[in-house]
Amino acid sequence: MKSLRIFIALLAALPAFSHAALNVFACEPEWGALARELGGEAVTVYTATTAMQDPHRIEARPSLIAQTRRANLVVCTGAELEIGWLPLLLRESGNADVQPGRPGYFEASRYVALLDKPTIIDRSQGDVHASGNPHIQTDPRNIARVGAALALRLAEVDPGNAAAYQARWKAFATRWDAAIARWQAQAAPLKGMPVVVQHKSFTYLIHWLGLREVATLEPKPGIEPSVGYLAEVAARLKTTPAKAVLRAAYQSPRASEWLAERTDIPAVALPFTVGGAAGADDLFGLFDVTLADLLKVAR
Amino acid sequence: MLRPALLAAALAAAFPAYADADLDALRAELNQMKQSYEARIQALETRLQAAETLASQAVKTADQAQAGNATNVAEYAEPQAAPAENAASGSLGSHFNPEISLILQGQYAHLDDIEHRTITGYLPASDANAPRGFSLAESELVLSASIDPYFRGYLNAALDPDGGVGVEEAWFETTALGQGFTVKAGRFLSALGYQNTQHPHAWDFTTNNLMYLAEFGGAYTQNGVQVKWVAPTDLFMEFGAEMGNGDSFPSTNNNSNGWGDYTLFSHFGGDVGVSHSWTAGLAYLYGKASERESGLADLNDVWAQTFFSGSSKNWVADFVWKWAPEGNPTEQNFKFAAEYFWRDELGKLLCADDTIEGGVCTGLDSRYSSSQSGGYLQGVYQFMPHWRAGYRYDRLNDGNTHYGANDAYLPVYHYIPKANTAMLDYSPSEFSRFRLQYTQSQSMIGITENQYFVQYIQSLGAHGAHQF
Repeated sequence: MKSLRIFIALLAALPAFSHAALNVFACEPEWGALARELGGEAVTVYTATTAMQDPHRIEARPSLIAQTRRANLVVCTGAELEIGWLPLLLRESGNADVQPGRPGYFEASRYVALLDKPTIIDRSQGDVHASGNPHIQTDPRNIARVGAALALRLAEVDPGNAAAYQARWKAFATRWDAAIARWQAQAAPLKGMPVVVQHKSFTYLIHWLGLREVATLEPKPGIEPSVGYLAEVAARLKTTPAKAVLRAAYQSPRASEWLAERTDIPAVALPFTVGGAAGADDLFGLFDVTLADLLKVAR
Repeated sequence: MLRPALLAAALAAAFPAYADADLDALRAELNQMKQSYEARIQALETRLQAAETLASQAVKTADQAQAGNATNVAEYAEPQAAPAENAASGSLGSHFNPEISLILQGQYAHLDDIEHRTITGYLPASDANAPRGFSLAESELVLSASIDPYFRGYLNAALDPDGGVGVEEAWFETTALGQGFTVKAGRFLSALGYQNTQHPHAWDFTTNNLMYLAEFGGAYTQNGVQVKWVAPTDLFMEFGAEMGNGDSFPSTNNNSNGWGDYTLFSHFGGDVGVSHSWTAGLAYLYGKASERESGLADLNDVWAQTFFSGSSKNWVADFVWKWAPEGNPTEQNFKFAAEYFWRDELGKLLCADDTIEGGVCTGLDSRYSSSQSGGYLQGVYQFMPHWRAGYRYDRLNDGNTHYGANDAYLPVYHYIPKANTAMLDYSPSEFSRFRLQYTQSQSMIGITENQYFVQYIQSLGAHGAHQF
């Protein structure tokens, strides 16, 4: 009888432990960083991937299932970016709170107008994302949009700390506004700068800063370029020159360096997300480094 | 008196069901926040506009051509419209409801002409002849979807190239139980071991390993119920149990109201640094067999039918280790997998009368016992994007088999079935794969067979998530 009472007491104490901090499972580093900004001490953030990993291709590892099981809130990009692994994590976790449609499941791409919506949804077009380009974090204004929604969601999932989340969001938004204004002023010389991208990773960045995307190294999304195709791109760049070949930190340098060697257009690895380069340790650093890298080649 | 009150308190705390008053308060709070958020966005926009104007003025003075900055501000005002638009596009971006995918598989095989393909010393689940030359493998049609907020359903139908449709899997599972619990019911691949839940298109080799062929005749399918629980720990720990009608080798469907088999399984897993991850498991299967049909050559080398009735106790241990530099498997990765099984069978074996065909069996039903084990080791290395090479070593032990009085008619071998397999595959994309395989098989006593395979696997439709 005594052991039963101890068991019940422990059972009663369990939610108290789990409420000590809200467990946030972030699919990508940018959302992990954002959750940390808005949650502060009230949240424990686990980031499932690093900037050196391709978010399209993550293995549904047992460690990720274990973390999904413990999560109170799952924060992911959506728009099919994680389609190869997240559904499996959610299914295998046995965690009802974070299933799609529940407050514990948050898709960042729902709060942003997506670009690059394909007109033909067919695999012959490569790795198409039917709902649009999912790499929304390369535009800081999208971070603000997602942040506003995430602050509300945090409050919904953890009402006890609602005021704290709102206060942190306000403080973050103020700093973020100022930063955006600063970045936009810094980026003035970048307007109209022609660039080549390896994958359609930077559509939102390009859109934000008014860069001009003159070529993509992948013939189709997710399809690696052949040497023949690269040569074609190189030939085209003779007539429409570009200032840089951009790739994300996790991407293989092979294609962009091949092109850089033959065309004298510098290959630039942008951090793409938090942790993608020295200095890009948080969201502010991410854009500081990105702009510094771009400004270097603009001259 | 104290205990029910304590229990109620515990339950209330464990399952946070908010009282209506709390809910209303929460709603009001949220509404308030929403309003303040909208005001906030507007304030943000005005401030941004001011900043933009400043910036664009700076730009204008520098360059007349860069006067288009105002469009950025307009773009920033979009978010109010955006969420509604995106919300319509479906969660997790699955535009197919249900998700439909189709797997096409076929091969060319260069094999010896062997009438009864068996593994020496092991009562076979079937002695199906492997097709030689060109052949079409089963096409798998997979449909799955959420049924409602509480359940998910899945169907895997195998279209037989000779006609007919086999139901490989057809089940539903819970999605809303929570606390780490999932219940699944229907026909499904048992969660024991590692490879068992993988369909042939997900295998790393064209052919199945000897262990799964000997132990399950391919894979162990359950027709019943599964309950599993994931522990709330950093280390992945999963425990589960299944019970079914036993309609899969080494059990049999016994035409009874009771159960035919049960399994207990566990899986563990974790990461070691950012580049390594592993999983390991241990499972137990208890099956009841009633007149389980097998064939083997008797002492006169005549093919004899046997019927086993008794119990089959099986243990399966598995270990998988994966490496990918920085945890990014796109360029290079390596996978090691090993499984091992032990089986004890005890009961009676009837060897059907085959004297008419010149055999020696007389239809005697005698005591049968066997104690067998075996396993495989394999490594698959993706040495560059799209290309993988792999090697597998299969080995089964001769174990201990006693036919009782049938010892007079059936041979007892002391033979270790083995196979060495090497493969090379090329995957132009995630959805297509071509494979070359060579196997030196010594699964049958006295025969060393060189097998060559060329295989294709093509996947159409919804993007399936692959297990670890």
